[in-house]
Amino acid sequence: MPILRVVLSRFLTTLITLIGVAIIVFVVVRVVPGNPIAMMLPPGASTADIERLSALYGLDKSIFEQFTIWFGNVLQGDFGTSISTRQPVLDLVLGRLPATLELSLMALIIAVILGMGAAIIGTRYRGRRTETGVDLANGIGLSVPDFLWGLLLIILLGVVWPLFPISGRVSPRLDLPFSTQFYLIESIFRLRFDLTGNLLRHMFMPALALALPLAAIIAQLLKQSLKETVNLDYAVLARTKGYSETRVILSEALPNALLPTLTLIGVQFTFLIGGTVIIERLFSYEGLGNMAVDAVINRDLPLIQGIVILFALIFTAINLLVDMTYAFLNPRLRHA
Amino acid sequence: MLDGRGAVKRRAGARLWLSGLWLAIVALAAVFAPLIAPHDPLMQDLLYGRLPPFWMAGAEPGYLLGTDSLGRDVLSRLIHGARIALIVALVAGIGTCLIGSTLGLIAGYYRGWADRIISRLVDIWMAFPPILFAILLIAVIGTGLTSVIVAIVVIDWTRFCRVVRAETLNQSQMDYVHSARIAGFTRMKTMLSEILPNVLPTIVALLSLEMGIAVIVEAILSFVNLSISTDQPTWGGMIAEGRLSIHQAWWVLVFPLITLFLTVLSFAQFGEGLKDRFDPVLR
Repeated sequence: MPILRVVLSRFLTTLITLIGVAIIVFVVVRVVPGNPIAMMLPPGASTADIERLSALYGLDKSIFEQFTIWFGNVLQGDFGTSISTRQPVLDLVLGRLPATLELSLMALIIAVILGMGAAIIGTRYRGRRTETGVDLANGIGLSVPDFLWGLLLIILLGVVWPLFPISGRVSPRLDLPFSTQFYLIESIFRLRFDLTGNLLRHMFMPALALALPLAAIIAQLLKQSLKETVNLDYAVLARTKGYSETRVILSEALPNALLPTLTLIGVQFTFLIGGTVIIERLFSYEGLGNMAVDAVINRDLPLIQGIVILFALIFTAINLLVDMTYAFLNPRLRHA
Repeated sequence: MLDGRGAVKRRAGARLWLSGLWLAIVALAAVFAPLIAPHDPLMQDLLYGRLPPFWMAGAEPGYLLGTDSLGRDVLSRLIHGARIALIVALVAGIGTCLIGSTLGLIAGYYRGWADRIISRLVDIWMAFPPILFAILLIAVIGTGLTSVIVAIVVIDWTRFCRVVRAETLNQSQMDYVHSARIAGFTRMKTMLSEILPNVLPTIVALLSLEMGIAVIVEAILSFVNLSISTDQPTWGGMIAEGRLSIHQAWWVLVFPLITLFLTVLSFAQFGEGLKDRFDPVLR
């Protein structure tokens, strides 16, 4: 069964990747020159105080010992205690994760809608000015990263035409009845559509900034495969049957052109999530990325470790999922 | 077919010249910054704080693009900021390119264990959010120009490695590679004198793209206040300051943003244009 072998080997490489991630995070974080213990204590602290606190955080043991202890704890879900807030890292990180997930998924939805829309319009009006316009927009979308789109949106839709708020996840004075951190989803379930609207208005600009580069990639690849499929026999046949060009594209060409785009979206989605780090910072959106930048500035080592490991877990999970989907959809592997 | 080729060539040409022109302007500004900047980029003058650009009411002659909240001339800071941007683009771009391409060539041509180890490393690197990785590295090794360049090389060599490896794998299957081996070329010589020239157009296009990315990463690091020291004007630092005073003085944010936008766009388009020009299929 080749498919079983593919699945197993992918699981194995994922495991190796995760161990590698853990080693690198540990090594990078442990060579930090600024001594976090010295920063936690007042200037007049005695050597004994420093040693006591070092022992408390396990910083007096050998590096290898520290790694095995830390890695063992991580495997049990214990990421230690944040130095700046004195709270368990896992609680802090899981508290912020929903905000980042909601933002990333919203961005993904926008990217897919914009990208597919552009590809379909570009194919429908191929050879005309419209297609040139779509190509030009794609070119710009591909070359300009989310950070610059975010700044541009802040100026255009936040200052010149102040249609959307430029910072935060939700208006600060609102009374929030939520019991989870999935504000957007919970507001819909609680039928508090006033809050849904407020959350969406805050989310719109950061999500659009994250979405634009991905939308351009989707549009480019999908348009390319659509233009190949609209000339295939079954599309020509549909046209001779009197189907309109739009219908030929939507119901004949699109389903067949979609597969390569789907696998691409999976991989590119991890880049989008990586972009949340700076986009959340830019829009003061209280998610994981914003917390990560704060943690680095405060030299909060346990918190940094926890956040990076969580991001790595999400990325490898998405990559694994994409590979598995591809393996199952690929007829050569499925029927072997 | 011929017509299509002509159209592609014309478009590639316009793309190449327009982006090349802007990059030349940036390069000239960087080289001759002290000569062309109308003011000292660091000189503060609180009497001249937040002057608007020249076409608005209240502008002062001599301050074309206005001043920031400390009274520093925006245009002069933009011109001097081009220096850091260009140094980072060149050094980090070339460093990333050398390391990534070398590993990619080795993995793609020698296969086997070398490929397995390099590919696992790439997998591990791809599991990190690049910007977070860069911020973390800077926090660890300290701020400064060298740190920024090192951080960019460390996070982004995988971009070259992945593409060059895939391209080398393709080329290795070609007849000319087998002929070279039969003609008695060593593996090393085959790789360097036969495969490398054919992968080079891809590498050059990627190098141009990477330079734009390096400029952006530097700007992002400046934005979170982790890049070069604050007494050196950088585009990212200007953006960070502009973001804070956006409601009082939008020009402090808008002009560096436009500059950054055009520079990044130009690097990417310049690379694409070069690739089209040197693509043997289109040529």
